[in-house]
Amino acid sequence: METILFYILAALIVIFAIATVSTRKILRAVIYLLFVLIAISGIYFLVDYSFLGAIQLTVYGGGVIVLIIFSVLLVHHIELELEVTPLKKKLIAGLISAVGLGITLWAIFTFPFTNATTYKSIEVDDIGRKLLSYGEGGYILPFEVISVLLLAVMVGAIVIAKGKKLNE
Amino acid sequence: MIEGISIYEILTLSSILFFIGVYGFFTRENLITVLMSIELILNASAVNFVVINTYLYPDFLQGSVFSIFIIAMAAAETALAIAIIINLYKLVASVEVKDTQKLKY
Repeated sequence: METILFYILAALIVIFAIATVSTRKILRAVIYLLFVLIAISGIYFLVDYSFLGAIQLTVYGGGVIVLIIFSVLLVHHIELELEVTPLKKKLIAGLISAVGLGITLWAIFTFPFTNATTYKSIEVDDIGRKLLSYGEGGYILPFEVISVLLLAVMVGAIVIAKGKKLNE
Repeated sequence: MIEGISIYEILTLSSILFFIGVYGFFTRENLITVLMSIELILNASAVNFVVINTYLYPDFLQGSVFSIFIIAMAAAETALAIAIIINLYKLVASVEVKDTQKLKY
């Protein structure tokens, strides 16, 4: 059952990711990206990491996608079609991506992974304790750095988006 | 850990997703679609972090914690990039890559 579910999710991710980078209507590309992100949160639920799945749904499905949709609506006409990329550029990019994918897959399949024998699901309270502990293996410093980063980004986004008017 | 799925399948999936993102990054000529390709790349790396943690080292939580940091970074980066795009649209009335030659003024 979980195997079938994983293959369905994998097919959805690959198909909609290709649709995201190849469709010519920009609003449809955003919606395909939303499908990809939701399928990835399904993968997180499958590996028993429900907390990250929920984070993925709220931050990406609820935040980032809405932000991108609003920016699309602000800067484009709704029925605008993107320019066609020249075939030569497409071929070169596809060749580079295929070669990179081949090298990566070769490296993955020749590396002998030793799977862990014990297995436990990741609980939210373990994550919370790790994030706030300042002892050995604690993550209080990156946690604080991320919060300062979010504050700086909030201030920076307001200052940049205010900007100057065209006629000033 | 997913029943009947080894780590190779999931790493293959995330590699494919990563290189689809790279392809989009190379071919797209609009700043917002380039940003969406970057989202694909970041998501592929976050999947890798989670999967390697749960399959190989279930006793440690490094991958799980850093996947949360990746999502926070991605959200911050998107907000800032969209602020820059909107400001750029005010300045040059276009968000095509070829029109964005001047950043300094």
